[in-house]
Amino acid sequence: MNDRFAIGGKLSKPREHAQLLVVGAGAAGVAAAIEGAQAGLSVVLVDENPVSAGLMGLDVPLFYGQRMTAAVQEEGRMVERLVASSPALEAAYDAGVDVRLGVTVWGAFVNGPAVRALPGRVAGLADADTSWLCGFDALILATGARDLVLGFAGVDTPGVMGVRALDALLSRYDAFSGRRIVFLGSGNLAATAALRAIERGIEVAALVEVLPEPQAAPALMDALAAHGVRVLTSHVILRAEAAGGDVAAAIVAPLQDTGAAERLACDTICLAIGVSPAIELADVAGCKLVARGADGGPVARAVGPAGTSIAGVFMAGDCAGVIDPAADMSVAEASGRDAAHAAMAWLAGESAAETPASAGAAAGDAYVYRMAWMRALVESGGMSAPVCLCEEVSRADLLGVQPPRYLGCESRQMASRSAETLLQDGPLNPDQIKRLTRAGMGPCQGRRCRDQVALLLAMASNGSPQDVPLASHRAPVRPLPLRVLAADDESVEMRDLWDVWFGIPTQWIPYDDIGTEREAEILSAHGGGNMHL
Amino acid sequence: MSARGSSVVVVGGGVTGLSAAWWLARAGHDVTVIDKFVVGWEASGRNGGGATHYQSPLFHEEQRLWPMMDELLGYPTEYRRERIIINLTEEQQARYRRMAAVTRAQGYESTELGAKELRELVPIASEHAIGAQHFHFGGHANPQRTVQAYAWALQDLGGRIVQHAPVTGFATQGGAVREVHTARGSFGCDAVVIAAGPQTGALVAQLGVDLPLAPARAEMIVTEPLPLMKIGGVDGNGLYGRQTLRGNLAYGGGPHEWLDETDTAQMARPATPLLRNLAARLAEMFPKAAQARVIRSWAGIVENTPDGRPVIDRLADPGNVVVATMSGVGFGLSPASGHAISDLVLDGRCSFTDISKLGLARFAGLPRDWRAACGWVAMAEAA
Ligand SMILES: Cc1cc2nc3c(=O)[nH]c(=O)nc-3n(C[C@H](O)[C@H](O)[C@H](O)COP(=O)(O)OP(=O)(O)OC[C@H]3O[C@@H](n4cnc5c(N)ncnc54)[C@H](O)[C@@H]3O)c2cc1C
Repeated sequence: MNDRFAIGGKLSKPREHAQLLVVGAGAAGVAAAIEGAQAGLSVVLVDENPVSAGLMGLDVPLFYGQRMTAAVQEEGRMVERLVASSPALEAAYDAGVDVRLGVTVWGAFVNGPAVRALPGRVAGLADADTSWLCGFDALILATGARDLVLGFAGVDTPGVMGVRALDALLSRYDAFSGRRIVFLGSGNLAATAALRAIERGIEVAALVEVLPEPQAAPALMDALAAHGVRVLTSHVILRAEAAGGDVAAAIVAPLQDTGAAERLACDTICLAIGVSPAIELADVAGCKLVARGADGGPVARAVGPAGTSIAGVFMAGDCAGVIDPAADMSVAEASGRDAAHAAMAWLAGESAAETPASAGAAAGDAYVYRMAWMRALVESGGMSAPVCLCEEVSRADLLGVQPPRYLGCESRQMASRSAETLLQDGPLNPDQIKRLTRAGMGPCQGRRCRDQVALLLAMASNGSPQDVPLASHRAPVRPLPLRVLAADDESVEMRDLWDVWFGIPTQWIPYDDIGTEREAEILSAHGGGNMHL
Repeated sequence: MSARGSSVVVVGGGVTGLSAAWWLARAGHDVTVIDKFVVGWEASGRNGGGATHYQSPLFHEEQRLWPMMDELLGYPTEYRRERIIINLTEEQQARYRRMAAVTRAQGYESTELGAKELRELVPIASEHAIGAQHFHFGGHANPQRTVQAYAWALQDLGGRIVQHAPVTGFATQGGAVREVHTARGSFGCDAVVIAAGPQTGALVAQLGVDLPLAPARAEMIVTEPLPLMKIGGVDGNGLYGRQTLRGNLAYGGGPHEWLDETDTAQMARPATPLLRNLAARLAEMFPKAAQARVIRSWAGIVENTPDGRPVIDRLADPGNVVVATMSGVGFGLSPASGHAISDLVLDGRCSFTDISKLGLARFAGLPRDWRAACGWVAMAEAA
């Protein structure tokens, strides 16, 4: 017998199919797509950019900090700018790559031990109006890196933003509304971004660094010095000062003497302490992830230069391990081509090398640097600073594992609980803390707090952030309206054989009727009726 | 068992095991809950939060206890009373009228709402709704907060929680389990409760007992917060779920995928593109919320017995073991199931209602291949 209410055969079929699906049209993704197309594969290259002004307002996928000009509302212009700013796209079109801009990949699904019902290997795609599935043989994720947000008082003020968002607004879209920036961080990431800003006529007020020495390569520091940019080492930001609801200054102070604060007038405070590999899709697909300081965060690389724990799924560019921001494009491009070759070898049935190669990773251990920043921010800023901006969770709420304020919980027992008491039950887990505090549960999907939560939990447990379990990513990996996500290609079986619950008629027989004639009557009259939970 | 202070080991830190442990601790017993990972990590932290199980013998106790749980536990559960089921079709209307009749006969009040009255309570409801059933009982709570509330309340009473310790087996002697073996050492015991969700079958099999169970995956989606409605427990259109007190719509429903028990031992709980079908139904039921963004989905494993009803029973041999598996209705019933389990541990019988029809005896003589016979089998590995 068949269970009519089970999922087998019901999921929508993919609307299209690519031999090679590449997600992300940055340097790595474009290079991978071109390489695949030139080898004769059917290649679909998808990029969510230009993202809508609405999503940018939610700080998705980057921490835009409301520093967009009105120009981001003009869709046509955004596409033009995007194409103009990535010349390689032209080559991709020429090579026969099927390029989709403004299309989001919100999930990647592969059958495995816990799911066998998928109509093959599929990715979930969506544009502004609708969603669909795209089947693939091989998948290359070249989704880049995400802004790392560490909190301080006023971090939620418009004008506080992330370095990748700054790059996107400044270099890609020419839609940055700031004039004078204070950078947090002094590594290659901050220094290169500051130099690009200066090149575009933006003032850089200073780089703020908690460590005693500037962290960028000497040549970059020299270039900044030539522009008269100050680097305040052994300094920390105390707060963003707001005027008229916008950033007006960064209040910074020496670590050893936070009383001696200095006011750095600016309209933008750019977090350039680090970026994290964007591994959301790899996680959703079920790739094993490993947190590696040298890679700038958790990565899915497991086999050879690009392979993951799932055969046929590959990583390229920053999402495979953050590339030194001072390196030129060729590194990312080479990583893209490596991934394409690995994908082609896999498609041809060749097995891959066993050992994961190390990526062209940013020098040093990113976690050590981030921990230094987190410690400095906590020491100078105390426990009231925000962590989760969507759900308004402060450091104190997080480490107190306190429920949201709107519950008005006045329980004495609740007040006595904390991360410290939870730690007695076992290692702190960010997903468990999320369930209790809601940190990471908001519409930005934890983008702005997950790294910080891991750092704070590491501090609370006297451990390394590398050992804190990774907070999960779930589909859809971008917030998508019900209207857009809604399946308009539902199979007849899905529609007609849909039950609220399992469709087990005996489950809902009232207890007193069980084993009586009434039970048989109910079952024959209306199949028991599947009610509700 | 009679001596106060004798020790009970509960295998499984879901709502069922934790509630049972909490009831036992309230009665003054020494209790240890053992979980393979973190409390509430499985179905208990991944469900719809519904608490309206009119078909269960534990229904009255469920309804009696929920309004008191925050106070009894000392921690918030976000429990809210009342449910509405929207009728989009006449077939649905007939079905939920039957539910109203069944519950009215048990002494629970409900009213039928017209389309206009419905929209006063549920402003985002579809214009196509012909009405709704408004149940003035039942309700919903936040599963994740509730599961931790049980765990903490248990600890406040001196109970212990041992996490990251999969139970691997038992030592029996003289018709009783004397020790529970885990990856983190063995625990002596006077009595054992096995409430390990989908793994319950394999664990009792080690004691020579057959417990027919078939695990399956069920999925849910959640949107960004919307303005709070007067009543959050609103179902319909093939969906169950709730508006959280934060305002998110969290809904599930639709097809399940049968799995092998060995599959469920894996940690991964992937969702599928079914979330598109859930989104379609939710937008259809709540058209004014169609712009609300979906921000997450998740999946959990539900284990079912052949008749889809729970098993709550004390084994004949070994005689100091109580088994509980809740077949998909375990969250809402947890305050009551814990009470019943604790009664079985202490006195061998449920003190507040008859639960004999939830015993294992009903499966005697069940053919070995019952899962295949009803098509409740894992799909073949797809190409
Ligand atoms: C999507 C979904 C929606 C649902 N909606 C509702 C609803 O609205 N209302 C409702 O009442 N119910 C609902 N349910 C069902 C409900 O969640 C379950 O019935 C209930 O959580 C069962 O609780 P439990 O404690 O019996 O089992 P579980 O929650 O499965 O807990 C079992 C525990 O045992 C542990 N364990 C397993 N094996 C071992 C071992 N060898 N050693 C140690 N520990 C072990 C596991 O880690 C787990 O924590 C839903 C379920 C799902 C998945």
